[in-house]
Amino acid sequence: MSEPLVLGFETSCDETGVGLVRGQTLLSDALATSSPAHERFGGVVPEIASRAHLEAMVPTVHRALAEGGVAATDVDAIAVTSGPGLTGALLVGVAAAKAYALALDVPLYGVNHLAAHVAVDELEHGRLAEPTIAMLVSGGHSSLLLVPDLAQDVQPLGQTIDDAAGEAFDKVARVLGLPFPGGPPIDRAARDGDPAAIAFPRGLTGPRDAPYDFSFSGLKTAVARWVEARERAGEPVPIADVAAAFQEAVVDVLTAKAVRACRDQGVDHLVIGGGVAANSRLRVLAQERCDAAGIVLRVPSRRLCTDNGAMVAALGSRLVEAGIAPSGADLGADSSLPIDVVSR
Amino acid sequence: MPEQRQLLWFVVLVLALDTATPTLVVGLARWAPGAAAEVLAERSVASGNRHAELLTPTIRAVLAGAGAAMADLGAVVTGLGPGPYTGLRVGVVTAATLADARGLPVVGVCSLDAIGAGLRTVVTDARRKEVYWARYGADGIRLAGPAVDRPADLSPTPPVVGDAAFGARLGVEVAPAEVTTAGLLRAAAPQLADPASAAPLVPLYLRRPDAVPPPLRKAVSQP
Ligand SMILES: [Zn+2]
Repeated sequence: MSEPLVLGFETSCDETGVGLVRGQTLLSDALATSSPAHERFGGVVPEIASRAHLEAMVPTVHRALAEGGVAATDVDAIAVTSGPGLTGALLVGVAAAKAYALALDVPLYGVNHLAAHVAVDELEHGRLAEPTIAMLVSGGHSSLLLVPDLAQDVQPLGQTIDDAAGEAFDKVARVLGLPFPGGPPIDRAARDGDPAAIAFPRGLTGPRDAPYDFSFSGLKTAVARWVEARERAGEPVPIADVAAAFQEAVVDVLTAKAVRACRDQGVDHLVIGGGVAANSRLRVLAQERCDAAGIVLRVPSRRLCTDNGAMVAALGSRLVEAGIAPSGADLGADSSLPIDVVSR
Repeated sequence: MPEQRQLLWFVVLVLALDTATPTLVVGLARWAPGAAAEVLAERSVASGNRHAELLTPTIRAVLAGAGAAMADLGAVVTGLGPGPYTGLRVGVVTAATLADARGLPVVGVCSLDAIGAGLRTVVTDARRKEVYWARYGADGIRLAGPAVDRPADLSPTPPVVGDAAFGARLGVEVAPAEVTTAGLLRAAAPQLADPASAAPLVPLYLRRPDAVPPPLRKAVSQP
């Protein structure tokens, strides 16, 4: 029997993603984004994102099928992000996936967005070594997970107690007059800066702090205060240095906690996913620290780190292979779906 | 008689659905140009904000109830609202994708057109203490609307049908009425007769998204 052909839908935020996977092989990854429409608001506006998902849905499915060189009737199973994310946005994808599953008479899997960020790495680097530690960092989430079995056993170790890592990048970019989303422009600006120029705080790194939780709100405020003080003194703001020092503070905490989680849990594999995993400094520092600690690091290519449909298809394929029961006919969206619910 | 012959060949099974109001409506009808649709099965579900959960199971139940299969369908009709956006989109995207997967024509209609019949004003809940409304002549043709307004700013021409909860605020009696399959088919008839003329499936939002650009930068420290 040939490996299952899985169509995956992702609409949890501002990217309409439809991806196609056969087994663990990536066939296509069609994406439409409403990101530019949110730029002037400094963050994703849920209603704008939801309207864009509806408009983009059918054309994006067509692109995914065409690029994958298959017909809709070839699809063996459908997977869709059912949470966490923005409710109105999630529901467009869930409704579309349910309709395709009904029309094509194939099973439907409602999956967890975070687990899908882990699963996507298998499309590039093969089967995960389980257990693995996973760190997911994006504009919507910052989590450390222990993954004994990606198809059915994902355990939360820690998460952000305030802002997501990517959110801090967006807010600091705004303070520095850089465009939204803030990750790529800060990454670029930081290349010409000195990461040691300013000592920004490392949140939740004290001996009594929760070892796997994150906090980026204080860091964001510290950056804003520092920039304001400069401006009040009539001095120019060294954007490259601020960007580099801020970025260093974020990736220092992220990588230190991820490596500590591996050590504490006795796990020698780490996978990093989510939009912030596209950050060049995070990738370099994570590699250095993993090498020093004897940990095997896996990070998907930048294209697959950010939200996309292929990651959902990849997890769906895993579920089919593991013989997990498909979702019930009454599948809906859950904006705060707990991370330990891989599928529902 | 080539025209009659064409009519005989032009009988299609139409799946109709609407999620513009708290009542989810799914129906199956036999339709031919120039004739009233024959509703074979219909379900109205007081679904509230659970349209996404209940829509496809309801479609399945309606098809099963009529002894029909997906493969028997010839067209899909959906209400385009106006209605609360999140629920409304569930119906519109379901109709669009279902039709796409089966290679069927899909037709969108104003949901208010499918509530009541003949001379009337239709009102439904637009939330935020406002109503969606439209006014129709004796021939059932829409004369005004769809629009969204505060009840206090409207003086609707009786008879008024739709969401009876707004009677007091409108100062008129509102006869309770909901979207029906027959109403959806009636509104869709011109487009069903010529599917190539069907407009793109764009919901009748009537309001812009609530979003205000933030100030350029918020001061965090006191000077
Ligand atoms: Zn994500």
